[in-house]
Amino acid sequence: MTEAAVSTGVLAPDVTSDMRAARSHLARRFLKNPLGIAALSVLVLIVLAAICAPLLTSYNPNAVSVLSILQGPGAGHLLGTDGAGRDVWSQLLYGARYTLAGALLATVVAAVFGIASGLVAGYYGRWFESAASWVTTLLMALPGIVVLLAARAVLGPSLWTVMIIFGVLLVPAFYRLVFAAVSGVRNELFIDAARVSGVSDLRIIARHILTVVRAPIILQASIVFGIAIAVQVGLDFLGFGDQSIPTWGNMLNDGFTNLYRDPQLVIWPGLAVVITGVALTLFANALRDELEQSAHPSRRRRAAAATAAAATAAATTGDPVRPENDTIIHAEPSSSAPAPLLLHIEGLAVGYPQPDGSVTRVVDNVSLDVRRGEVHGLIGESGSGKTQTAWSVLRLLPAGGEILEGSICLDGEDLSRVSSAEMRDIRGGRIAYIPQEPMSNLDPSFTIGSQLTEPMRTKLGVSKTEAKARALKLLGQVGIPNPERTFASYPHELSGGMAQRVLIAGAVSCEPDLIIADEPTTALDVTIQAEILDLLRELQHELGVTILIVTHNFGVVADLCDRVSVMQKGRIVETGPARAIFADPQHPYTRSLFDAILDESQARGPYAESRA
Amino acid sequence: MLTFTVRRLLYGVLLLFVIVTIAYLLLYAAAGDVGRTILGPTATQATVTLKDQQLGLNSPLITRYFSWLGHALTGNFGSSWFTNQPVTTAILTRLQVTLTLVFGAVIVSAALSAVLGVWAALRGGWVDRIIQVFSVLGFAVPGFLIAVFLVRIFALELHWFKPTGYVPITYYFGGWVRTVTLPIIALSIGLVAGVAQQVRSSVIDALRQDWVRTLRSRGVSERSVLFKHVLRNAGGPALSVLALSFVGLLGGAVIIEEVFGIPGLGQVAVLATSEGDVPLVMGLVVAIGVIVILVNLVIDLLQGFLNPKARIS
Repeated sequence: MTEAAVSTGVLAPDVTSDMRAARSHLARRFLKNPLGIAALSVLVLIVLAAICAPLLTSYNPNAVSVLSILQGPGAGHLLGTDGAGRDVWSQLLYGARYTLAGALLATVVAAVFGIASGLVAGYYGRWFESAASWVTTLLMALPGIVVLLAARAVLGPSLWTVMIIFGVLLVPAFYRLVFAAVSGVRNELFIDAARVSGVSDLRIIARHILTVVRAPIILQASIVFGIAIAVQVGLDFLGFGDQSIPTWGNMLNDGFTNLYRDPQLVIWPGLAVVITGVALTLFANALRDELEQSAHPSRRRRAAAATAAAATAAATTGDPVRPENDTIIHAEPSSSAPAPLLLHIEGLAVGYPQPDGSVTRVVDNVSLDVRRGEVHGLIGESGSGKTQTAWSVLRLLPAGGEILEGSICLDGEDLSRVSSAEMRDIRGGRIAYIPQEPMSNLDPSFTIGSQLTEPMRTKLGVSKTEAKARALKLLGQVGIPNPERTFASYPHELSGGMAQRVLIAGAVSCEPDLIIADEPTTALDVTIQAEILDLLRELQHELGVTILIVTHNFGVVADLCDRVSVMQKGRIVETGPARAIFADPQHPYTRSLFDAILDESQARGPYAESRA
Repeated sequence: MLTFTVRRLLYGVLLLFVIVTIAYLLLYAAAGDVGRTILGPTATQATVTLKDQQLGLNSPLITRYFSWLGHALTGNFGSSWFTNQPVTTAILTRLQVTLTLVFGAVIVSAALSAVLGVWAALRGGWVDRIIQVFSVLGFAVPGFLIAVFLVRIFALELHWFKPTGYVPITYYFGGWVRTVTLPIIALSIGLVAGVAQQVRSSVIDALRQDWVRTLRSRGVSERSVLFKHVLRNAGGPALSVLALSFVGLLGGAVIIEEVFGIPGLGQVAVLATSEGDVPLVMGLVVAIGVIVILVNLVIDLLQGFLNPKARIS
């Protein structure tokens, strides 16, 4: 562990941002982390051994004896003697005192200066902040070892001086952490409130700010402590330390010179350094894990769990389970002959196996027919399983999700049974996908052009120039004013509406039979929503493509869809021509969805909450 | 892009200037009776005074500083007080040795951590757990202890590599490999531990992004999703960790060079600081400063290549 680790070990500032609420539980949760507890116990033992050194050995660690050089373990000397006849066990114990005290000194110096300057710079800002950030950059550009060697040459080989200087070099580790945390909370309302109610700055800092950074500081301290040990042991090992005191580094130095005569002498201090280092690292890792969990309780996992939970809640706690044949089917208009089936889903069940062996079913016994050339709306509230159904058709369920039962036939071919290579051919080429959130569905590191042409080149096998020509044409088709410019742009340079147009262009680029659009307008402004729906309608007319559109909004259905399936709690409750369902909704759930569009204020509440 | 490069470069030069100035003033303030130090206690006071005069130590510190700075700008850093060897020569001959080790370690670490990090992220399970344990050990065990261990096994027992010394690559390639392999491994292990962890978590994070699903929905091959898209997005954070570790790597090289008896900058550093050879130490400060600045610039440019958002600022 070199000083390089200071920087690698530094906490990302955002870890500290939001742990106020969880901090009281942090200590309690840490005590439940077995690895963290084990590491902490080892550290406590090492410290106790250092403190109680005189009780654990009767030898003076510095007592040189020519008569007992390089004795093996046992016979009076527990771990034998070194090249000068000193007792190894007592050296190890007393060495721990100096080594740990030295590292503690460096850590305290770094922490005191770093925390103080970080608080001042973060809380008051202005010139102090710029000065401090300059000094930080400067310190971080200095190779610590060289500075320490120079300092030692000038000031002599005192352990304490060297550790104080090293502490100063490590100040940025604490400064950056505290500064980031403090400038994060400085403008929060509760700080303003405290200030307005006349609480002094000092009390605000102590009460409201220090508590926020307490745990990250402990974490940083354990990392810095480990680094200080490594550097100090390294210097002593090379013979640059104070040779008159017992330290683990001096022991290693002695052991290295006697490596051929008695290899054991390297092992004991080496083990001491390694065990301490590993314990500190594990302690830090355990603390970091707990911190990160309270900072962002794994957003995505939570989101997935929430969807699954909502679905299960719905499936388990709702009305008595209706058997599949209870789906209300509206009659087709008799005037026209029905178009052939393109997608035929039969008895689909999707589930997420849980660690305890059970399976959470989010879609159960869903049957759905989509006819060639139609726009089919799959409607239901959040958590009803409609997106899971859509993803199953693409075979792109989130990690852990599985198709448990049923078949998904595209033109008679069961997609739930084809190999993943065959599925890759089908995706993009025959089924395409338009996602909900345009901005997060474009790879931020590649240009729009490269993301549009890559699938065309693999799917259609066209040349690079041909793919570019097609992409430009597509961009024009989806209503992008300056295709050349957008082609060369990166996703972050586009607006949400533009990005959604690009994604639609991508979906139609390889001439698919079926497009699955997962709430394609939900994340957009109302005016843009209408434009995107217009675009989808135009493209559908032009290309004759079939669209399965997942939505929670009957407005979208009314605007676009030929037929509708209403989904609730993981199953289809009502299906039929859009006209028929609009005219005469049968199922109470369908009716409640209708009520929701008629009375906007009622619908907004729950959706906004569950979608956030 | 050009203005960005120029601005970073100017900032670096300014930083270097501040470091050099502070170092110069501190070192000379602490240098004490230089003539006496060089000539030893037996020299007469007259010769000591003469020596001080030769070295130009009689003029005020500020005058000397500006004269040194003027010469330094033309590439002349004076001569060592003890060997009379020009500082530039002394440093440049050893610089390439140290750079071999450091860049060797950077390349080895980058490649190895990419492989291990991606592997751990994709496979999970026992592969992930083994790599985690390795990371903790690599992070916790100091590089020089690993060096001692490596020397013991691979040099002294198995005789695969040389325990000490250095053979230039231009002189004899096989000899070069036998001398640099162990030092590079010793330097790399701590770095690999840190960077592999970063790669692992960035890859896991990138794989959860929505755009990965969209790419797959377009029928893009799994290989392209992973190695073109995910890896490029995961590269930025890993690169930052690598960059932040670079200064530490230079420090680590000092210790590793001592263990393996390699005539690099580390040896100059040890020798010059213990003798108090101020011109040589100053040369060292400048050399390391320039390396750090250039490396940071390259990393910034690479970041811009990986992450288009970083290009605007």
